[in-house]
Amino acid sequence: MNTLNLTLRIWRQADPQAKGKLVEYPLQGVSTDMSFLEMLDVLNEQLIHQGEAPVEFDSDCREGICGACGFVIDGAAHGPWRRTTVCQLHMRAFKDGDVITLEPFRAKAFPVIKDLVVDRSAFDRILTAGGYISVDTGSAPEANGLPVPKDHAEEAFDSAACIGCGACVAACPNASASLFVSAKISQFALLPQGQPERKARALRMVAQMDKEGFGNCSNHGECEAVCPKGISIKNIARMRREYFKAVAAK
Amino acid sequence: MIRDKYGNLFEMYERITGENPYEAPMRIYPAIHYTMGGLWVDYALMSNTPGLFVLGEANFSDHGANRLGASALMQGLADGYFVIPYTLGDYLANTALDKINPEQGEFQGVRNDVNAWLKQLLSIQGKKTVLQFHRELGLLLWNHVGMSRTGAGLKAALGAIAALEEEFWHDVRIPGSPDMLNKNLEMAGRVADFFELGKLIALDALQREESCGGHFREEHQTPDGEALRNDEKFCHVSVWQYKGKGAEPALHREPLDFEFVSPTQRSYK
Repeated sequence: MNTLNLTLRIWRQADPQAKGKLVEYPLQGVSTDMSFLEMLDVLNEQLIHQGEAPVEFDSDCREGICGACGFVIDGAAHGPWRRTTVCQLHMRAFKDGDVITLEPFRAKAFPVIKDLVVDRSAFDRILTAGGYISVDTGSAPEANGLPVPKDHAEEAFDSAACIGCGACVAACPNASASLFVSAKISQFALLPQGQPERKARALRMVAQMDKEGFGNCSNHGECEAVCPKGISIKNIARMRREYFKAVAAK
Repeated sequence: MIRDKYGNLFEMYERITGENPYEAPMRIYPAIHYTMGGLWVDYALMSNTPGLFVLGEANFSDHGANRLGASALMQGLADGYFVIPYTLGDYLANTALDKINPEQGEFQGVRNDVNAWLKQLLSIQGKKTVLQFHRELGLLLWNHVGMSRTGAGLKAALGAIAALEEEFWHDVRIPGSPDMLNKNLEMAGRVADFFELGKLIALDALQREESCGGHFREEHQTPDGEALRNDEKFCHVSVWQYKGKGAEPALHREPLDFEFVSPTQRSYK
């Protein structure tokens, strides 16, 4: 087993109002088999035993499928590996003696709650605005009533792979949520179940995105580059078409 | 074909192990992935708390003694598409839902209880972290209440879990305060629950004197080492009723009726 001695520079901020700062922590004997979050667990255990406040960060499944984790490592959302959430990033990505800087996702619409934890409830409100389909209650649907061609299903699935982590917002110079919102609009627009609310959905979700204070898209493509699920910016083009069509139909 | 169907899993494997599963043989071993069982519900998917419906893997309804990959999807679709659209609407249409004031006594009582509980957890300030307790508990269940278990091991686990729980309430060290984001405190609450759940799982396993599905009781096997069920005594779902803090839960049995197929001995030979 290889081990690393590292210096972590971590953003510490006690609460949303407090002024944050980077604090240095040396960490010895880090196994290269650990995930990045397991490494932070080790640091936190040491801090708790020393009577210091542990570093708060979000995580849940630690399998890269839930979207809870995410912060910026050396300037890149989710760190140096492509298509990888920070929980699936492993310490073999680093070298002995590395100095690693950890900061929260930064965006006006993602206020810092504490340390590396940001408030991403803006995403929930965007989803509430239109990220749903209508289902008849009182009668179960016929299982083969809505045939979906395989290529449509695959394309919708690619959009639905978005886990809503918010890395796209953190990477965007405009702090735009366009990749997230467009993935959600797309997954419904591509399937028959999404048709009844198709136009209203595009209008409402885009309006809520603007209201939350996210910036607009100016085609930098940084979002796609950091997206752990490889969501394509083609979704953003689709979102714009969906939006124009909805406006024109009003 | 493999990339098409399992690409995401292969990617996950590569991230964890640092090996390319398309080239090197995959290292695979049996592990506990899932705990069979869940909250009791009736046929309408309502729990024994009126109005509390439980869907998908959180309920016990479709679980066998085994659970294979993607079963979660099946149950999510079955409950969500075919059951709840009938039953939830029916419940809402037939129930008088009076307006509730969040300031009324019951809510205040629960708030007081929760605050007292948090204060108690934070006041212990012992020597071991929540994560240490969580790992020790996990290892106990892994070793004694896993896929292969014995009556002696389960009894030992019941004692050890109770002892660890006792230690937790005297020696856990939780940093911070209750009025801020505090993930250690949040996790302490869950681990406190896990002790109770762990004991229940061990108790359930202990009373089930047979090998069934994913659970191999070493005392109950055929001469050539296959799982040996006891359908005469255990062809039922065990439902455990909470009887209050510290009290032994009560066992109810829901018989399994096989209308169209009859249970047989499965063999991998």
